[in-house]
Amino acid sequence: MITRVLAQLGSVGVSALSSIGRAHLLILNMLAGLNDIIRRPRLLIDQLYSVGVLTILIIAVAGLFVGMVLGLQGYYILSRFGGETALGLMVAASLVRELGPVLTALLFAGRAGSALTAEIGLMKATEQLSGLEMMAVDPKHRVLSPRFFAGLISVPLLAAMFSCLGIFGGWLVGGGMLGVDQAAFWNGMQGGIDFSDDLVNGFIKSVVFGFVCTWIAIYQGYDCIPTSEGVSRATTRTVVHSSLAVLGLDFVLTALMFG
Amino acid sequence: MNKSKVIEIWVGGFMLAGIVALFWLSMQVSNLGTSYTGDTFHVTANFDNIGGLKTKAPVTMAGVEVGRVTSIVYDPESFRARVGLDIQTTYTGKIPEDTFAKILTAGLLGEQYIGLDPGGAEDPLKEGSEIMITQSALVLEEVIGQFLFSKASEGDK
Repeated sequence: MITRVLAQLGSVGVSALSSIGRAHLLILNMLAGLNDIIRRPRLLIDQLYSVGVLTILIIAVAGLFVGMVLGLQGYYILSRFGGETALGLMVAASLVRELGPVLTALLFAGRAGSALTAEIGLMKATEQLSGLEMMAVDPKHRVLSPRFFAGLISVPLLAAMFSCLGIFGGWLVGGGMLGVDQAAFWNGMQGGIDFSDDLVNGFIKSVVFGFVCTWIAIYQGYDCIPTSEGVSRATTRTVVHSSLAVLGLDFVLTALMFG
Repeated sequence: MNKSKVIEIWVGGFMLAGIVALFWLSMQVSNLGTSYTGDTFHVTANFDNIGGLKTKAPVTMAGVEVGRVTSIVYDPESFRARVGLDIQTTYTGKIPEDTFAKILTAGLLGEQYIGLDPGGAEDPLKEGSEIMITQSALVLEEVIGQFLFSKASEGDK
């Protein structure tokens, strides 16, 4: 009985370790695939379309509404202390530092990450990846690498759009509906947000999140059990693991950057 | 128009929109668009108490920003705070030597900044010179303490 439990524990540990190892070998292979992308930028452009462009809509709508909610909630709390003029700063700081990168990464994992996993998983299940290998084309370079770099490029740009539209939404609600002074809104923002402390750190966060989310999505697809059930499980794992990784990393990065 | 052309246009638009968003954030939202990045000259001022003054706080004359606080250190020799100020070179030779520096607060609970009141001396402030006349920050507890003390001494009479 005890030996069986021990053996099970051991096999769980070994499989976890080997999975971590495979994930890191995969990322090294994908980074090495940069060569192929420089030679064939077309591959990257196609993926930028399906990973980045198709995600714009959800990011734009979410950003606008998050900003509007921030504007409303911030106004009610700040007006209790007579500090409505700090509304711009509050909206912009929370978006640029936290909400922009984190929510973009979560939405990206749900919208683009799950699609990536399902696509790659199905390619594996229908033996398209093995087919490529048969033709002496490395699927890691040809198929996975462009998807990885497309995600890495898309997430920071999407996060910037999210923050912009969020600030715009906050301005619509604060300046338009609730009558906060326009000059105070924008000046408070410019006075309180530092380029290197806030913007650059937020940008670094979104790059890290883009890296991690795309990596997890591609790894789960490439490593899934090639059956319909395996692909569906891998898709679920992508969303769960990406979200957990983003939220956990966000705490670590915030503690390092602003602590 | 074939499909690959449409994709290229979309991706180009996406990249452009992202870069415009980043540029707009840096220029319109952060202090990059407003901060003065030109040449400055350095002067120091010693204060008995700086209250809540922080580095990067603005230095103003007649309410107009002319520089920034760059360093705040405690000087164990004189038991005072030594504050370093960077003043824009545009004002070289235009601020009298006996200028009066005081720590002010923007609004009731706002951030603290340094206000300069020009004196009447002929010689101007130069690189490395020191502002001799200063006034400390208003610390609320001390003001309340003084008020209570004066009330109590009134009661004695």
